[in-house]
Amino acid sequence: MAEIKLEHVTKRFPDGAEAVKDANLDIGDGEFVILVGPSGCGKSTTLNMIAGLEDITEGDLFIDGERANEKAPKDRDIAMVFQNYALYPHMSVRDNMAFSLKLAKVDPETINRKVEEAARILDLTQHLDRKPAHLSGGQRQRVAMGRVIVRDPKAFLMDEPLSNLDAKLRVQMRTEVSRLQKQLGTTTIYVTHDQVEAMTLGDRVAVMSGGVIQQVGPPQELYERPRNLFVAGFIGSPSMNFLPATIEGSRLHTPLGELELPDDKRRRLEERSSVPRQVIMGIRPEDFEDAAMVGDKAERGTITRAKVDVLESLGSDKYAYFTVQGERATAAQLEEVARDVGVDEVSGTHEGIQVTARLDAASKAAEDQEIEVWFDLGKVHVFDPDSGENLTL
Amino acid sequence: MALQTTGRQRWGWIGADLLIIVIVAVPLWWLISLSFKDPSTITNGSFWPTKWTLDNYRGIFSTSLFTRALINSIGIGLISTFISVVLASFAAYAIARLEFPGKRVLIGASLLIAMFPPISLVTPLFNLWRIIGLFDTWPGLIIPYITFSLPLSIYTLSAFFREIPWELERAAQIDGATPWQAFTRVIIPLAMPGVVTTAVLAFLYAWNDFVFAISLTSTNNSRTVPAALAFFTGASQFEQPTGSIAAAAVIITIPIIILVMIFQRRIVAGLTAGAVKG
Amino acid sequence: MSQAEVAAEAPVAEPRRRRVLSERARAERKLGWLLCFPAALVMVAVTAYPIGYAVYLSLERYDLRFPANTAFVGLANYWTVLKSVDLWWRAFGVTTLITVVSVGVEFVLGMAVALVMYRTLYGRGLIRTSVLIPYGIVTVAAAFSWQYAWTPGIGYLANLLPSGTAPLTGTWSAIGIIILAEVWKTTPFMSLLLLAGLSLVPDGLLDAAKVDGANAWQRFTRVTLPIMKPAILVALLFRTLDAFRIFDNIFILTHGAANTRSVSILDYDQLFTAFNLGVGNAMSVLIVIAVALIAFIYIKAFGTAAPGQEVRR
Repeated sequence: MAEIKLEHVTKRFPDGAEAVKDANLDIGDGEFVILVGPSGCGKSTTLNMIAGLEDITEGDLFIDGERANEKAPKDRDIAMVFQNYALYPHMSVRDNMAFSLKLAKVDPETINRKVEEAARILDLTQHLDRKPAHLSGGQRQRVAMGRVIVRDPKAFLMDEPLSNLDAKLRVQMRTEVSRLQKQLGTTTIYVTHDQVEAMTLGDRVAVMSGGVIQQVGPPQELYERPRNLFVAGFIGSPSMNFLPATIEGSRLHTPLGELELPDDKRRRLEERSSVPRQVIMGIRPEDFEDAAMVGDKAERGTITRAKVDVLESLGSDKYAYFTVQGERATAAQLEEVARDVGVDEVSGTHEGIQVTARLDAASKAAEDQEIEVWFDLGKVHVFDPDSGENLTL
Repeated sequence: MALQTTGRQRWGWIGADLLIIVIVAVPLWWLISLSFKDPSTITNGSFWPTKWTLDNYRGIFSTSLFTRALINSIGIGLISTFISVVLASFAAYAIARLEFPGKRVLIGASLLIAMFPPISLVTPLFNLWRIIGLFDTWPGLIIPYITFSLPLSIYTLSAFFREIPWELERAAQIDGATPWQAFTRVIIPLAMPGVVTTAVLAFLYAWNDFVFAISLTSTNNSRTVPAALAFFTGASQFEQPTGSIAAAAVIITIPIIILVMIFQRRIVAGLTAGAVKG
Repeated sequence: MSQAEVAAEAPVAEPRRRRVLSERARAERKLGWLLCFPAALVMVAVTAYPIGYAVYLSLERYDLRFPANTAFVGLANYWTVLKSVDLWWRAFGVTTLITVVSVGVEFVLGMAVALVMYRTLYGRGLIRTSVLIPYGIVTVAAAFSWQYAWTPGIGYLANLLPSGTAPLTGTWSAIGIIILAEVWKTTPFMSLLLLAGLSLVPDGLLDAAKVDGANAWQRFTRVTLPIMKPAILVALLFRTLDAFRIFDNIFILTHGAANTRSVSILDYDQLFTAFNLGVGNAMSVLIVIAVALIAFIYIKAFGTAAPGQEVRR
């Protein structure tokens, strides 16, 4: 078990493309850290550099305080779960798990004990003598986990280990991974593009985009206090609503009406040396409510009227989609989020801007009818459209 | 209507299949037939032996001309196959997995050698081998056989190596393997079908060769069966060696039929892997 | 390793990093070269060096019967070869004829066999085995089968002809038999390469063409053939070069009698019956040039679909 530290780590390919730019990350002993971001954001490259499968162009990597940039993977004492599991097809489950120990010349008795134990933990005992080809997807995934835990390494690296499982199994294995990690207490770095996985698994989450670590923090912090537009848009499902807004004195002029920001947020804005007039306002669907159901927190927010275009009922909640007047907010970081979700121009095809609001299941909202929606002013974020920075932090 | 067409089509395909089999089988059967014919009936031109005998086989196995040639063929074939596969697997691995300048040159060079006319090497090699003492020796044949089977071996193997997911190699590295261990314990076992295919193709080449075999040998020391066949004579001056040659030809065809039957699918994959890969 | 450790303690500086990286890249290079070296060495040593030696020998008067007479004669041997209409040019003509006819026939037959193998529902393994046998069989063995078949008094095929005809002794009939033996032996190779090309044609495309109203022949010529073009090129190129080198079949069937010598047979005879190393090597060089020209023409004619690039991914 170990601490892993990245200091100003950069990966530049021979063609000059930078996959990772100046990454700094400090991972504590036993911590479970997630690297999350859209495909091509540099998260897998970062993981591979830690594993030693790719060279570090600039910067330093420390494992347990020792600089490890030039160490071969085999000398780093790190285990890894690959996206496609990378099980050796010509070896039985037992041999797959024992391979690393055999290479390390561990005595056969110890190998056997460790393999049996890992198999027991992972419920693989009756499959030990099978070949990977005869296992189900979930079983293969567990073998890949088993191969990692028999070694008792300094750290686990996991590269989208659940992405090849179907949705149901993925949720099941997610808790399994979490339970195992807690039980073993091994430092773990986990790469995923799935923000739900990121939020549910990690002690801390590092959000990456364009090769840059955008923000590192506990899931709740990323959710509540996103540092910029990318993090705000990437974390949370459905995604945060972004609307163009203008600052006029202490008021925010938005398509949802004139808003009076709460004191703390206003003070943050005032503290800044310069704040652009044109900004982007962000508000999560969860921070909306049917005005009739708000109850005693009503005074923290404000009410707007809207005609519901589409209403989705999930049983536990209802999602109302409505359109407000205005030009869609544009910013480079929002484009990146949109590209990841694959909805590039969807909201642009509508007249106006589509807003998503989560309502109580008991809401009487109906499609094509106007309702009054309330939203929490304390949860409104204001972003600089150029830098993407959250101005209200 | 539709049913009728499919019925007719089916018979058409079966007919085509049978035609192919017959065309392949007739010259083969003719050799077999000749080899079992009694000397008195060998000139009767009959497609089917009228008087069966094993004398031809007994005859060739009693002469050192044939047995020695058979040993040469087997020995030279196996050794050159082994070396060719080993060298090719190194080169193919480098081509499939590593980046290094000169890779394209190597690929181009092996392609050129695949096109090279062997007869053009016979004249200089004949002189060269005489000078350095390789003429009429096993290595004298093994060396050209390795050379000419290498291009196909490299193509076939690198196609197989490329099929192996790169992740497995990375996994092996993470598991603590050195590059050499990753190669021998993960890559080679996984590429075994490719290695076997390559070996079969390389062996077929050496087994088959005639140009080098008759040019670079002069005695029983290293003459392989195809070359020896050209020097077969009858038991007496008045006797044509037809039966003996037929029997010897049948003997050297048997291993090929066995190899082809066992490895047919792989041979097809191997032959076409290097040539047509989109 | 120790070097890296020392480096870790050294003050961090930009140029040092660059060198560490390039050392790694150099290690990969070195491994690549190391792994390729033995194969490259063997291939070069056994082809490039001897062919250089052949060029050298071809410039000498060098008769094995009169080794003392050896002398540098420049291009005289080439001149001797190129002005010998009866030997070189006749052999060249025979070789070209055999090459063109047998490759042409093989292409048509090979395509038919490939289609049968691709479409047949019955006994695929059996067909594949049958097709591979001629490919695998020792050419000399097969050549003997054809020789005896056409030898009067022995062969079942010769017996079908009017008595007194000896097909292997007439130039045209002998060339016909040589082509027959060549086609029987090598059509399988052609058909296997074409089969691989056929399997690259997506079924959906043929269905689409069917829906568009193309009949079977149109589907084959307008869809299948164009898509197969790279595979066809490879098959034709390899077979053309192979056919041009024809030796075994002629050696067994006629031994070059009745004016059936190919350039390879002629070259062999220069060495082993005329013992003329100088002229023999000149022929060897000329054959290499001819083969290179054929390859060059193919690759130029088909442009980018050269076989070398299939290796790249």
